[in-house]
Amino acid sequence: MTLAPERSAISPTAPHVTQAQHVAAEQHRLNTRLSLEGGAERTHPPKKSGRPNPMGHLTNEQIEAIGRELDAIRAEVMASRGARDAAYIRRVIRVQRGLEIGSRAVLLFSKNKYAWLAGTAGLSLAKILENMEIGHNVLHGQWDWMRDPKIHSTSWDWDMASPAKQWQHSHNELHHTYTNVLGRDNDLGYGLLRVDEDQPWELFHLGQPIWHLINAMFFEYGIAAYDLELRGNLQNWDELSEEEKAVFKANLHEMLGKIRKQAMKDYVLHPLVSGPSFLPTLLANFTANTVRNIWSNTVIICGHFPDGIDTFETDSIEGETRGEWYLRQMLGSGNISGSKFTHIMTGNLSHQIEHHLFPDMPSNRYSEISPRIKALMERNDLHYVTGPVLKQAYQVYRKVCRLALPNEEPGRSRWSVVRGELGKVVKGKGGARTKRHLPSTADA
Amino acid sequence: MTAGLAEGVWKLASAIATPVLPDDYLDMFAPLRAGAELRGRITAIHRETADAATIVITPGRSWAGHVPGQYVRIGIDVNGVRQWRAYSLTSLAGAPDGTIAITPKAIPDGVVSNHLVHNARPGTLVMLDQAIGDFTLPTPTPDKILFITGGSGITPVMGMLRNLPSAGADIVLLHSAPRAEDVVFAAELAERDRSGQIDLRVRHTDTDGMLDLADLDREVPDWRERQAWVCGPTGLLDAAELHWAANDLTDALHVERFRPTIIEPGEGGEITLLGSKLTIDADGATPILDAAEDAGVLMKSGCRMGICFGCVVTMRQGAVRDLRTGEITTAEPGDELPIQTCINAVAGSCDLEV
Repeated sequence: MTLAPERSAISPTAPHVTQAQHVAAEQHRLNTRLSLEGGAERTHPPKKSGRPNPMGHLTNEQIEAIGRELDAIRAEVMASRGARDAAYIRRVIRVQRGLEIGSRAVLLFSKNKYAWLAGTAGLSLAKILENMEIGHNVLHGQWDWMRDPKIHSTSWDWDMASPAKQWQHSHNELHHTYTNVLGRDNDLGYGLLRVDEDQPWELFHLGQPIWHLINAMFFEYGIAAYDLELRGNLQNWDELSEEEKAVFKANLHEMLGKIRKQAMKDYVLHPLVSGPSFLPTLLANFTANTVRNIWSNTVIICGHFPDGIDTFETDSIEGETRGEWYLRQMLGSGNISGSKFTHIMTGNLSHQIEHHLFPDMPSNRYSEISPRIKALMERNDLHYVTGPVLKQAYQVYRKVCRLALPNEEPGRSRWSVVRGELGKVVKGKGGARTKRHLPSTADA
Repeated sequence: MTAGLAEGVWKLASAIATPVLPDDYLDMFAPLRAGAELRGRITAIHRETADAATIVITPGRSWAGHVPGQYVRIGIDVNGVRQWRAYSLTSLAGAPDGTIAITPKAIPDGVVSNHLVHNARPGTLVMLDQAIGDFTLPTPTPDKILFITGGSGITPVMGMLRNLPSAGADIVLLHSAPRAEDVVFAAELAERDRSGQIDLRVRHTDTDGMLDLADLDREVPDWRERQAWVCGPTGLLDAAELHWAANDLTDALHVERFRPTIIEPGEGGEITLLGSKLTIDADGATPILDAAEDAGVLMKSGCRMGICFGCVVTMRQGAVRDLRTGEITTAEPGDELPIQTCINAVAGSCDLEV
């Protein structure tokens, strides 16, 4: 209760309620992911590749108990959000803006090689902070509870090719809901890489050790293309409805506008302002963007592709309960170990497991809960994947190289499958995009 | 010419600062500058009673001034969460140092009033709206005035007294407070009484009982000749309205209702979609998103499990309950509170900007 002068003019209800049409809503069945009570008995069969189902060893009751425990941790942390957290994000934003202004000021004199080095390093750090610890997390709604309209998921935009709204759709909605579900989570290889044995192999994947590096360098544009579902939309253009085409065109238009503004800033205006340092500043901005791209790509691939992280069959999530969703988030994510500085520079995505469990929890709290999550997982015989960034990134690159080739088939080596496919292309019996579908163990 | 140049410079600055605004950088250094969102900085805090304090605020350059008796909405971060409340201005209008002041009284469970009175510190930035309200004196000032105030209802009247000449009008002030130590501005009111600006009658309701307007004939025999301004608890205001109406003097009465806004959370209720002019009756287990879809309104949607924040819309007032945790979120009239519709059900009633 609060005391406040009555402000009849501001209260919107009165005039509308009298004119409003009145209807009654139907009784609704809740989305199963909102509830811990599973209802029907569920089974967890092995996957097509023959690998075991990652949830196989747990009973439904155990899964729901895990769900209850995680709900309790979430409630505890969310209830304790306060001034300390608000001060944290405001400090990070202040430091980031100071670093960006400072670095850009130094780059005005980037003809001098020390100025170039210092300015480029500072701007790279600023751009990383802006994308990772600030942009990614604000756009997740982690700071919406502060009710500050300036630091809010509905108003924030970031230093990225992809407009915030489009990224929120493909990332927050699709990736975080369908994490590591084959065929539903496009983050599994970004439609570019094959990162799981259960993903079908195509000839295109032969080049993926190279595609991966190019994607890392120009990651922000890769994400933009991915948010647009560029490849899928163009490949299936004739099958799209007029409405889908219109949405795609509107998104494309918005994205090109954003890219033009971003390029204008980094590659035209700031170099121009630098006068005689035009070219060094342009090069510095390109370098900072590339450093940021490679770093964010590295962090993100370490989140879902290193060894020991599981994927899930499409039909395994039908009627999924909240407990099972939690479990899939834990099994489908991996952490990065390191110093406090590493954690901040990764936007605390080094706590990818914790982030996937609670995407709207303020990022500064992930490190606090990580020992409890780790203990919970170990207690339930679940693998808490973590390791230093270089080790995790190396594992991913090794996997990208290995999975450039198809899986071994009974009686055939991997190379002989490739030779067979290539032969077909040469004889004109299939296009270069010929898809090979995995032989399931049942067929074999 | 200059305007065109300024506009050009601003456009260039915006293109350089994108995706943030030049304002976001300027706010780091000059949050009170002209053209910024209206803010203020608390410059001093004076304790008035055990549970009331005067908060002196230096408003930003865009502050348009106020008329004595008006109130201002202030947005302050309490434990990290921005809260907006309205308080009467008690300061001199157009003070030489440019400051304004409010005098909140801490009420039980009052998140903001307790913070302002007990925890706020000088130096803190607050958000402000321009002053508003029509509980003000006309010009020229009437010759004979009656003020009736209760508790913190003294605050807009104090704002008026401080802005009136020390002599001139014939002013009677009937003020009620539980005990002597609860009277805000007690010393200053007594001083104004001594100097002759006002004729002050203070009533301590703990011992003297509540003011009965039937006694007005005895207390202020010429009250019918006076323009009256009344501010205080709802009971006092209701009684005043009845009394003046019964005497056919409604035009002479001006009231400011300091009413408690009580958003009483319930189970289910009415969801009003302001844009669609539609009111939906929904039960307490149905997410607002689903209820609206049933009624044929397709709102923004996303993951439908509360993680993607793709369904956030603005609640203008009302209460909703988080179906995952049972947590209640309330918005008072004047608030603009973004909520997720996929995991919240209506709890009583809510008005949404859809």
